[in-house]
Amino acid sequence: CTKDLNQAPDYSANAEVVYSDPAQIQQVLARLYATFAVSGQQGPAGQPDITGIDEGFSNYLRQYWQVQEVTTDEAIIGWNDGTLPKLNTDQWDANNEFVRATYDRVFYEIALCNEFIRQTSDANLSKRGLGSDAANTVRVYREEARVLRALSYWHALDLFGGGPFATENDAIGTTPQYKKGTDLFTYIESELKAVDAAGLLLAPRAVYARADKAVCWTLLTKLYLNAKVYTGTDRSTDAITYANKVLGAGYTLSPNYSWLFLADNDKSAAKNEIIFPITFDGIRTQTYGGMTYLVHAPVGGAVQPAAIGINGGWGGLRTKPTLTTLFPGGATGNADARQTLFFTKGQKSSVDTLTLFSNGYLVLKYKNVTSTGAAGSDAQVNGGSGNFPDTDFPMFRLADVKLMYAEALLRGGSGGTAGTALDQVNEVRARSGAAPLAAVALNDILDERARELYWEGHRRTDLIRFGKFTTGYNWAFKGGVPAGKDIESFRTLFPIPNSDRTVNTNLPQNPGYN
Amino acid sequence: QAGTGTVSGRVTDAKNEGLPGVTVLVEGTSVGGSTNADGTYTISGIPTGGHTLVISFVGYATSRVPVTVRAGQTTNVAAQTLAENATALGEAVVIGYGTQRRQDLTGSVEQIDSKQFVKGQVTSPEQLVQGKVAGVQITTGGGAPGANSQILIRGGSSLSASNQPLIIIDGVPVDNTGLSGASNVLTLINPNDIESITVLKDASSTAIYGVRASNGVILVTTKRGTQGDTFHATASTQQSLSTPVKYVDVLNASEFKALVNAKGSASQKASLGNASTDWQREIYRTAYTADNNVSISGAAGILPYRISTGYLYQEGILKRNDLKRYTGAITLNPVLLNGSLRVNLNLKGSWIDNNFSDQGAVGAAVSYDPTQPITSSDPKYAPFGGYYQFLDPSGNGNLNSLATLNPVALINQRRDRSTVRRSIGNLQLDYKIPFVPGLSANLNVGYDIQRGRGTLNAAPNAAAYFNQRGVNNYYAQDLNNTLLEAYGRYEHTFGANTKLEFLAGYSFQKFQNRNYIVNNYSADGTVFQQPVAPAYNGSYTTLNTNVLEGYYTRLNLNFSDKYLVTGTFRADGTSRFNPNHFGYFPSGAIAWRIKGEDFLKDNTAISDLKLRFGYGKTGQQDLGDSNYYPYLANLGLSTLTAQYQLGNTFYQTLRPNQYNPNITWETTTTYNAGLDYGFFGGRLYGSIDVYKRDTKNLLAFVTIPALSGLSNAGNFNIGSLTNKGVEAVVNMDVVKGDRLNITVNANATYNHNEITYLPDVYKVGGISGGVGNTIQVNKAGYAAQSFYLQQQVYDQNGKPLEGVYVDRNGNGTTADDFYVYKSPRPSYILGGGANINYGGLNLAFTLRANLGNYIYNNQRSGAFYDAGSNGFVSNKNREVLNSGFTSAQYYSDYFMENGSFLRMQNATLGYNFGQLIKKGTNLSLSFAVQNVFVITKYTGLDPEIVNFGTPNTQGIDNTIYPRPRTFTVGLNLGI
Repeated sequence: CTKDLNQAPDYSANAEVVYSDPAQIQQVLARLYATFAVSGQQGPAGQPDITGIDEGFSNYLRQYWQVQEVTTDEAIIGWNDGTLPKLNTDQWDANNEFVRATYDRVFYEIALCNEFIRQTSDANLSKRGLGSDAANTVRVYREEARVLRALSYWHALDLFGGGPFATENDAIGTTPQYKKGTDLFTYIESELKAVDAAGLLLAPRAVYARADKAVCWTLLTKLYLNAKVYTGTDRSTDAITYANKVLGAGYTLSPNYSWLFLADNDKSAAKNEIIFPITFDGIRTQTYGGMTYLVHAPVGGAVQPAAIGINGGWGGLRTKPTLTTLFPGGATGNADARQTLFFTKGQKSSVDTLTLFSNGYLVLKYKNVTSTGAAGSDAQVNGGSGNFPDTDFPMFRLADVKLMYAEALLRGGSGGTAGTALDQVNEVRARSGAAPLAAVALNDILDERARELYWEGHRRTDLIRFGKFTTGYNWAFKGGVPAGKDIESFRTLFPIPNSDRTVNTNLPQNPGYN
Repeated sequence: QAGTGTVSGRVTDAKNEGLPGVTVLVEGTSVGGSTNADGTYTISGIPTGGHTLVISFVGYATSRVPVTVRAGQTTNVAAQTLAENATALGEAVVIGYGTQRRQDLTGSVEQIDSKQFVKGQVTSPEQLVQGKVAGVQITTGGGAPGANSQILIRGGSSLSASNQPLIIIDGVPVDNTGLSGASNVLTLINPNDIESITVLKDASSTAIYGVRASNGVILVTTKRGTQGDTFHATASTQQSLSTPVKYVDVLNASEFKALVNAKGSASQKASLGNASTDWQREIYRTAYTADNNVSISGAAGILPYRISTGYLYQEGILKRNDLKRYTGAITLNPVLLNGSLRVNLNLKGSWIDNNFSDQGAVGAAVSYDPTQPITSSDPKYAPFGGYYQFLDPSGNGNLNSLATLNPVALINQRRDRSTVRRSIGNLQLDYKIPFVPGLSANLNVGYDIQRGRGTLNAAPNAAAYFNQRGVNNYYAQDLNNTLLEAYGRYEHTFGANTKLEFLAGYSFQKFQNRNYIVNNYSADGTVFQQPVAPAYNGSYTTLNTNVLEGYYTRLNLNFSDKYLVTGTFRADGTSRFNPNHFGYFPSGAIAWRIKGEDFLKDNTAISDLKLRFGYGKTGQQDLGDSNYYPYLANLGLSTLTAQYQLGNTFYQTLRPNQYNPNITWETTTTYNAGLDYGFFGGRLYGSIDVYKRDTKNLLAFVTIPALSGLSNAGNFNIGSLTNKGVEAVVNMDVVKGDRLNITVNANATYNHNEITYLPDVYKVGGISGGVGNTIQVNKAGYAAQSFYLQQQVYDQNGKPLEGVYVDRNGNGTTADDFYVYKSPRPSYILGGGANINYGGLNLAFTLRANLGNYIYNNQRSGAFYDAGSNGFVSNKNREVLNSGFTSAQYYSDYFMENGSFLRMQNATLGYNFGQLIKKGTNLSLSFAVQNVFVITKYTGLDPEIVNFGTPNTQGIDNTIYPRPRTFTVGLNLGI
C-alpha cells in the first residue's frame, strides 16, 4: 500500500509532458503574456497568481497603471481601500499594499519567464526529444519570454530603481541577490540587444500581440530615453537608433484617435498603430483588474454606462485640471479629438475632496464599444453581463515612439534633425485635428505627451524624466494637501516593500524609506 | 439436562440494595435472564465449562464475572455491586484503539455520556458537549440551521493548517473536508444516536493517532443494543419555536433622514425615500422546528441490535431558510464463537435537504436605506419584479452596480437548495486467538461516503442575477473515503499485580474528493457567455486524493493498580508530502495512583487520587481542501474565461504553480501534568491539568522572497507557536437522596497562545469596508490573529478625534504607528451546569463563559458619514451619532470591545411520569429554552464570532446570522 502514498492529480499537467509538446509550450508562453492581463487561472477571479491582496485589485496592469497615473497630475481615485489614498497623495511607505502588489506582480512575471526559459533551454529541448522544427519554434517562444522578462525588469528599474535579481540559471528556492539600478540597466540592455542580434523574434506586425522585433526596439527606446534617470548617462542617440527601427517597421497612426481605446482595437485600423497591446476579451479574458477597471472605474455620476458598453460604473477615477487645461478650451473644448473624451456633466473641474466623485472631470477614453458603435461581446445588449470589455490596452504604440523620437532629438541625440522632430510631433497632432506647432522645444514634448498619452500609464516616468515629479510642479492632493505641495525627492522611486525585505535580507531599502 | 448447569446470584447497587431488571447474560450465547425485585437471578441451561457472565443495566457500569458451570449443579456467584456510570472509576472510557478503566488512564481524557449532554434543541453532535469539556472551545458560526462550528482544543496548534480536531465516529476517522452544499458535515450525524463523546487532549492519549492528532481527538460512540436485553422502543418529539433575540442597532427611518438632511450632500438628500422600513424585521421570522426520533433496541437471539430513525425539520429565523434531515442508523454487535469473536457492525445514513435562502440579506438588511419601500408600483421597478432597487445615477433604468440590493428581494427572488447525503459504516471484528491466552486480533473496515448536490435558481428579474438574466445552476461534489485498520492486542498479568497490555497495528485511509466542472446558466437554461472547458485530462471532474498510512503501537503497564506506564509510537505516512511521506510520533506517560497506596486505601474521605505526567509528539498535515499536493511541480490549465489572445487565437494558458518540494510535518510537542481527585465516596471528583504545547515547523502560508518561487507566498515549514494552559474540572453530588438529587459540574480553562517565532509580520483578518483591509496580524511574541491597529486619540470629553492617532514611535507621523492590541482569543473559558432531580421532576441548565476575548466591531467602524454619493446612501450603525466620523477610520482601536460574556446555553425542565401506561414503559415531558440569556458588555449583536475560512477568523464582527432564542417542548415515550 505504501505506493498509494504517491498521489498526483491527473487534472493538472507535469513539466515533462508539457515541455515535450510545442502546442502546450505555446500555452505556457501565452501565460507569460496573460500575467499582465489576468489575475489568476480562473477568470475573472480564482486560482490567484499572488496572494495577500484582493486578486482583481492587484492585477499587473491595474497596479502598473495606478502607480504611473494616480500619483501624478493626470488622475485621482476616490476609494478608501487600505492605503490606496496614499498613492493619490504621494505619501506611500514601505508597507503600502499597492506598492507591494505592483512589486509582487512585476517579479512574479519575471519568475514565470525564468521558469519558462529554464524549461525550454536547448539542453532540455533535446533531452525531451523535440525535433528540429519544433525546437526552432520553441526557441522563438524563448526569445519572446526574454523580451517579456526584460519588460518587467524595466518596470522594476523604473519603479524601484533595482531589486532582487535572478535568471533561468538560479534554481527555484534560491534567495536572490540585489541588483542596483545601473547594473540592472546594463542587464536589460544587453539582454534585449542579444535577443535583437539573434534575430529569432517575429517580424514586426506578423502576429498581433506577440513580442516581436518592434516590441524589443520600442522597449530599448524607452530604456535609452530614460537612461539618464536610471544611470546618470544620457543615451538619447541610442534611443533614436531604435526609434528609427520602429518608425521604419510599417506601423501607421490610427485614422481616429478614439479608436485606439475601443473594443475592436485589435481589428480596426487602430491595430496598425499598436506595437504591443495587453489583450482582453469580454468573454474569454476576464478580470476585475486590467481593462475592466479602466473602463468601469471612471464611470459614474451622469455617465450612461450603456454608452460605454458596460452595466454600470464604479465611480472612482477622475482627472485633475492639470490635465484638462493643457488643451485649448479645456475639458469642454472640441478642437482636438483628444479632448473630446472628457466628460463634464455633473462634474466640477477642481478636486477639492478626494473621495467625492463629482470632484474632477471624467475621462471616458476606454470604452467597451467598437469603432462602429457596437457594444462589446459581454455587453448586456449582446446577452453578456456588462462587466468585461473587449478593449485591449495599448502599452506601446506608434504615437508614443514618434514623440520619443522627437524628445530624444531635442535632448541632443544624433541621428535626426530638429525638423524631423517637429514633423513627428505634428503628425501626431494632425491626426487629432490639433493645429500644427510652428516649433517644438523639449518642454512642449512633456505637454504633448500628456495630451496624446494621458491615462496610458506613462505619466510618472515622463514627469520624473522632465524633473517635475517631486518639486516645482504641483497638482491636487500632491503631498496630501488639496492645493498640492512639493514632495521629497526620494519619491521618484518606490520603496522595496518591507514584505520582501523581511524575507530577503540581501535587499537594501531605497533612500528615504528607512 | 445433560451437560448443562445453573448459576444464581444477586446484583446490588452501591447502597447494597437489590437492583431489579438487570440483564445477566452468558457471554457468547443467548442464554440469560434478568434480576427480580430483590436483585436475585437464576439462569439454567448453561453448557458446562468456563463462562463469563455479563451483568449490565442502563446507567451502571457493565460487570463481567467468570464462572465455572458444572453439569446438573447450581453455581452460586458472589453478589455483584454495580457502580453508577457517572462516577465509576471502573467505568470503561473510550480511548484510541480500545477502552480503558478510568482509574487506569494516564492521559488527559474526558468522556461525556449521554446523561450529561446539553439538552434541548441540539441538532449537531458537537453542540452536545458545548461548554461541557475543559479546554474545548466550540463556537457555532451563527444561528443558521446546520451552521458550521469551530472546535478548538487547547487553543489550536496550527497557524495556516487546519485547527480542527480529528473526529472518529465508532472507529471511523471522518473527513473534515468541506462538502459543497453542507455548512457543517457533522450535522449529518443525528445527535440522538450518540451514547458518549470522549475528548483526548494530551499527547499521551492522542499520539497513537500520530499525524492528525495535534489538535486533539474526539471519539464519538453511538448507542447500541445489549446482549440479552429485552425489546425496547423509544419515540421522542421536540417541537420548537425560535425567535430573534436582538437586532443590529441601526438608525430608524426618521433618525436616518435627520442624519442625511443634516450632513448629506444635495444628491444624497434627493436619494431618500418616504417609507419607513425596518429591514431586519422584514427578513427575520419566528421559526418552527420539529425533531422526531424513533429507535428500537434489544437482542434477537444472540444478536443485539439497535435501529433508529430521525426526522428533523428546522427553520432558520431568516425567511425561506430551512433544513430537513432524515437519518437512520443500524448497529449489530453480536458475540460469536463462544465468546471469542466480537462483531460490531455500524451503518449510518443521512439525507439533508437544505434551503439556504440568501444569507447576503443579513448584511444587506443592516445597511439598506430605511426610507425606501420594499416594493414599488413605479414602472421603473417592474424589471426587478416590483422590488425597490437603487438604479444607476445616469437614469438609464439599469441597476446601480455599486448599491446594496433590496434584502427582501434577495430572499424572495432566489432559490438556493442542496441535497447532501452521507453514509458512514464499519465492520469491526475482534477475535480472541485460540491457544494464546490474552492475544486478540482486531480488524476494522469502514467507509465514509458523502454526496453534495445543489441548485441555484433565480428568475431573470432577480436583481442579484439581472446581468446574467437569472440563474439556473447546479453543483456537485463527491467524497469517498475508505478505511482499513488491523491491530493485535496482547494482555497478560504477571504474578499477582503486574498487568501488561501491548498493541500493535496498521492503518490505511484514503480520502477522495471529486469536484464537477459545470456550466453557468441563465434562468432559461442557456449557457451564459460560454460553456466551461474540461480539465487538462479532458474530464469534467477533478479528483483529489489524500492517503494516510500508519503503523502504531502501545504498551500499557499497571503495577499493583498504583503505578501506570503508557508508551505509544506511531509512524505515519501522508501523500501530501513527497518523498518525505513519513513522520514519527512517540509519546510516554506515567501515573501514580496514590489512592492505591496502603496509607490511602482505607481512607473514606479520599476516594481517588492520581498524578499523571505525559509527554508526546503529534503531527499535522492537513493544509486544507485546496492543498493536496503542495510538494508537486505541476502546471494548471486556465479556465476559458482566463484565456489570452495572441494573433487571432485565444489560448487556454498553462501556469507553472508554486510548490515546495521540501514541505513536511508540523510537529507539536505536548507536556501534560494532571491530578485526578475524588472525595467523599466519589461525591466530589474531577481533575486538574497543566499543559504546554509547542508547535514547530509550522505549516505556514508565508511570504517568500521575490523570484525564489512561482508566487509571492507559499506553504513552508516556518515558525513556531506555543499554547500553555490550565484546566480544571469539578463534579459534585451536592445532594444525594431518595427523592432529591442535585449534581453540579463546572470546568475552567486558561489558555495562553503565543507565536514564538515567525520571520515576518503577516496581516490577516480581512474586514468589511474597502477592499483588502485587514486588522489582525500573526506576529512573533503575540497570540495568533492579534489585532493590529492604531491608537485613537480622544478629546477631553472622551470623544474620539477623527484621524488623530498616537505617534507611538515619536517620528512625527502616525502612518506607521500600528500596534498589537488585544486578541480575539479568550484567556479563560468557563463552563458548567447543574442537574436537579426531585422525584420525577428534573431541572438542568448549562452555562458558558468566555473571558478576555476582544472583538473588532466592524458594524461600528463602518458607521462614518461620507458625503460621497453614488446615488444612494447606506444606513448606519448608531455609532455614527457618537463618533461623528466623516471618513473611514477602520484602523482605530476605538472600535475594539471586550467580548467577555456569560451565556446560559440551555435550561430544561422535565417531568418523568414513569410507568404511566403499563409496566416497563416510560413517559417524560420537557420544556427547554436554548440561548436563555447572554450577559456581556459587548454592544454588537453577539460576542461569539467566528468566520470560517482557511484559517478561520475570530473576533471580527461583520455580519452574523443571529443566534435565536429557542423554546422547545419535548415528549419522550419508552416501551
